[in-house]
Amino acid sequence: MATAHDDAPMHLQAARNGSVADHVARPIMRVENVDVYYGDFRAVTDVNLAFGLNEITALIGPSGCGKSTLLRSLNRMNDLIEGARVEGEILFHGENIYGKGVDPIEVRRRIGMVFQKPNPFPKSIYDNIAYGPRVTGMKVESMDDLVEESLTRAALWDEVKDKLKQSAIGLSGGQQQRLCIARAISVRPDVILMDEPCASLDPIATMRIEDLMQELRKQYTIVIVTHNMQQAARVADRTAFFTAQVSEGSGARTGVLVEYGTTTQIFEDPTDQRTEDYISGRFG
Amino acid sequence: MLANTTASVTEVPRTASTGGSTTPSGHPPRSMFAGRARPGEAVIKLALRLAAAVAMLTTIGIVIALLVPAIGFFREVPVFDFLFGDRWAPRFADASFGVIPLVTATLWTTAIALVVAVPLGLGAAILLSEYARPGLRKVLKPILELLAGVPTVVYGLFALQFIQATVFREWLRLDTGAFSVLAAGLVMGIMIIPTVASISEDAMSAVPMALRQGSFALGANRMQTSLRVVFPAALSGIMAAIVLGISRAVGETMIVAIAAGNQARIVSGPLEQGQTMTGFIANAALGDSRVGSLEYDTLYAVGLLLFAITLIVNFISIRLVRRFRQAY
Repeated sequence: MATAHDDAPMHLQAARNGSVADHVARPIMRVENVDVYYGDFRAVTDVNLAFGLNEITALIGPSGCGKSTLLRSLNRMNDLIEGARVEGEILFHGENIYGKGVDPIEVRRRIGMVFQKPNPFPKSIYDNIAYGPRVTGMKVESMDDLVEESLTRAALWDEVKDKLKQSAIGLSGGQQQRLCIARAISVRPDVILMDEPCASLDPIATMRIEDLMQELRKQYTIVIVTHNMQQAARVADRTAFFTAQVSEGSGARTGVLVEYGTTTQIFEDPTDQRTEDYISGRFG
Repeated sequence: MLANTTASVTEVPRTASTGGSTTPSGHPPRSMFAGRARPGEAVIKLALRLAAAVAMLTTIGIVIALLVPAIGFFREVPVFDFLFGDRWAPRFADASFGVIPLVTATLWTTAIALVVAVPLGLGAAILLSEYARPGLRKVLKPILELLAGVPTVVYGLFALQFIQATVFREWLRLDTGAFSVLAAGLVMGIMIIPTVASISEDAMSAVPMALRQGSFALGANRMQTSLRVVFPAALSGIMAAIVLGISRAVGETMIVAIAAGNQARIVSGPLEQGQTMTGFIANAALGDSRVGSLEYDTLYAVGLLLFAITLIVNFISIRLVRRFRQAY
């Protein structure tokens, strides 16, 4: 697995149009012409994005802009919602994860997910971590070592090493969320999707998660949905700004990708007026 | 009740802020938090208390009604002889009151019923809660509930005529008589399926979606998620369902009275006939024993034992749930 790399080359900031996706240095995932539907309702339309290896990409935008919907389609979690459907291609290492013969279970193992509200299983801390490797039939030499390694990487080991057999429900919210991160990395994914992982946490717990993300970035590719623009500015290498477009005829709201670029560019020099309005707090 | 509340509001000494001053009219000032009188609330409260009291008093009444004649019985027959005696012949001239034969028949029918009802009921619950799309659910649930609405006497006849007479004797040519605890137990199991399924399904549906998502996001499949995450999280509800199933099986009367048999002998195999505790009560209560006679009192002794068994099952299950449940 690749280690930390230098910050994104400056020339990427020059790319300002829809083809920014082509400028991501080492894309591990590409989203090509993707529309996501819930039944007849088109939630997101025509998204083109690429996520660079060992980068943190933030998806930002006002409520209802489809960023969480897009995130959930990146590891086929949308399959669990009745009537959800993806058109276009989402390529992971060049292979369409919605292609024929692709096992969504294998997709989810390679592309892990952390949710908005910490959702540890009502089991012991140890069993929470061991669950993923057990159900996926991962060949593990020593489960104890794997549990320790996962918890260490999630910066939780020192706090819980003496109470691994206790229920995870007894942990604080911030600890629970780090446990969920540890659980996600226990199955050794390449990509971790985070859906507003700090939305239910206090500022100190949030800071710890953000620090952790910088640490995890060395080994994993992270895509994070956040409502908190400062958080995107603090942690992300790249930022994609989405908004909801209201159709003139039917009044239906559809999420669209407005602008995608390096975080610096998006926050300091946005090309689209809508991005600038959102960033500067004029709407959303 | 109501009068009390208003009185206490006006009588509160208000020394702190208003310094005990009174209004010009001579009345103490009303608290700024004083609410409007709500007489309707008192009525509702009373009605609710009455409803709760009826349930409680009925239970107490049942215990007393069982205890008094049972005490009369145990004056005549030692408790030990009753609980551990292996010959049940209360109506013979050479009477004997060992309840073991009745207990063995009850154990057999209950065990057979559970072997049917627990796996099928839990399977149905998992199907409904974890697999079925809303359309299928809409069809399956009413059918399942219909099963619960069939009168037990119909189940009894079904066990006697179809399962025992036709299936066991005619088709399978099993070595069995007119009755068997197996036929009664099997049909009783079918009868209990909706109870087990419906309560476990409620418990499993109540498990937060977030836990399932967490499991799927780790690459677990639906079966693993159902069995390893949802099932343990819903365990207390599932145990409650099973316990209710046991209670119904132990207490079920009509099916066993019709199809299990009516000779109180120790049952040593599923194809034998046997009279259960409830079967005996139903049979003996038909009216030919004199009130106050020893034979009459035996009904209550057996009833008390049934009550005690149900209570013990409940108690054990509460302990088990506390120990194994995964609270979310």
